[in-house]
Amino acid sequence: MTGPGDVVVLVGTSKGLFTLTSGAERADWSLAGPSFPGEEIYSAVVDTRGGRNRLLVGATSNHWGPSVYRSDDLGASWEEPSAGTLAFPSETGAAVARVWQLQPAADAQPGVVYAGVEPAALFRSDDGGESFALDQGLWDHPHRPQWNPGGGGLCLHTVLPDPAGGTRLAVAVSAAGFYRTLDGHTWEAANVGIRAPFLPEPTPEFGQCVHKVDRHPSAPDTLFLQHHWGVYRSDDFGGRWDEVGAADLPSTFGFPVVADPHRPGTAYVLPLTSDSFRVVPEGRLRVYRTTDGGASWTALSEGLPQENAYLSVLRDGFGADTLDPTGLYFGTRTGDVFGSADGGESWRELARHLPPVLCVKAAVLG
Amino acid sequence: MKVVVRLATALRPYAGGAASLDFDLPAPVSVGDVIDALAKAHPGVGRRIRDEAGAIRRHVNLFVGSEKAPGADTLVPEAAELTVLPAVSGG
Repeated sequence: MTGPGDVVVLVGTSKGLFTLTSGAERADWSLAGPSFPGEEIYSAVVDTRGGRNRLLVGATSNHWGPSVYRSDDLGASWEEPSAGTLAFPSETGAAVARVWQLQPAADAQPGVVYAGVEPAALFRSDDGGESFALDQGLWDHPHRPQWNPGGGGLCLHTVLPDPAGGTRLAVAVSAAGFYRTLDGHTWEAANVGIRAPFLPEPTPEFGQCVHKVDRHPSAPDTLFLQHHWGVYRSDDFGGRWDEVGAADLPSTFGFPVVADPHRPGTAYVLPLTSDSFRVVPEGRLRVYRTTDGGASWTALSEGLPQENAYLSVLRDGFGADTLDPTGLYFGTRTGDVFGSADGGESWRELARHLPPVLCVKAAVLG
Repeated sequence: MKVVVRLATALRPYAGGAASLDFDLPAPVSVGDVIDALAKAHPGVGRRIRDEAGAIRRHVNLFVGSEKAPGADTLVPEAAELTVLPAVSGG
């Protein structure tokens, strides 16, 4: 029986949602699931605001299409919003293919949940995920008709609300780049400094293939970004990006990046060999951590397979809880889930033989 | 005219558990007309058959009697059944 203080890790896979639960010590884990058997779970999150623990899941049936489900009893039962609540307005002529991200806003906005979808668009809910409205400003951005899809589709996969509940908001789109709004309405591309070696113009205004971005809750202007090639940091909410890690990381290609929730200079990446060989380098599964804003990186491998491990992790397959020391969790495309209860110093396998892992989201229950 | 819609098992939870539904619609009736009525009565079924842009989902098959309906314009004869089934596809 789970309760306040327990840790829940949602593991979205290509064949359903699995749930790992543990006490705060994070020593003994239980696996449950699958919910939504057979459906792709590209997005899942535990929303602990407003005095409840609400699970939100973006599931896509190969036959019956996408939907958003919510559960207020930790997955014992699920509800679906009424018809058309996460749907494009008819005048757009567009249809949601997948829900790539479900992101609760700040504690000060307990009803606000953002959804990033494919084709790339941002939706906002003001009622905890019951109904969603299209962000028309981003949809009408003059760049949007020129956005091109990455290998996963034209997806809006990252949403970064203002932790203080203000109007600032940022999103990332593959392969369009990083976009931000300061007033909550007017969007601008914010990719200065991010090189795009796969384009004729190597430093375009937009078109970067941003794989994932994360921020520090206590230092919201500090962002870490994993690009198709290159790990970047910004200290001004995307006003300028500087590459970090090229000297220390075995490869600057990868998908996820996680900012430590307690330490603004600390972040984690999971490098892959290259864009043409998307497995961890040298058959060794290693997480890399910086504690100095990206100036240096250290390999973390205790407890992870170090030979013949040709694994990969997708952009949302790596997450952190909010305990200190930080709990870290990632799932592979071959169905393994690994966890650390000490900020990455040591790891253990929490699950194996699951379907390919698409997303991993952790939370401490309220 | 009366039209009977038979639902795939996966759709029945979104129609209150019903395996089939009866509709009385003014003739002539097209497949699209039936889906409109179905979506109005059971939105959760409707959105699983068609996306919000109006396209029948790629892996959903509609049969009028025993014949696969080529599109929403297909006419449904008097007393015919419209069956909604998942395509033999997936991964």
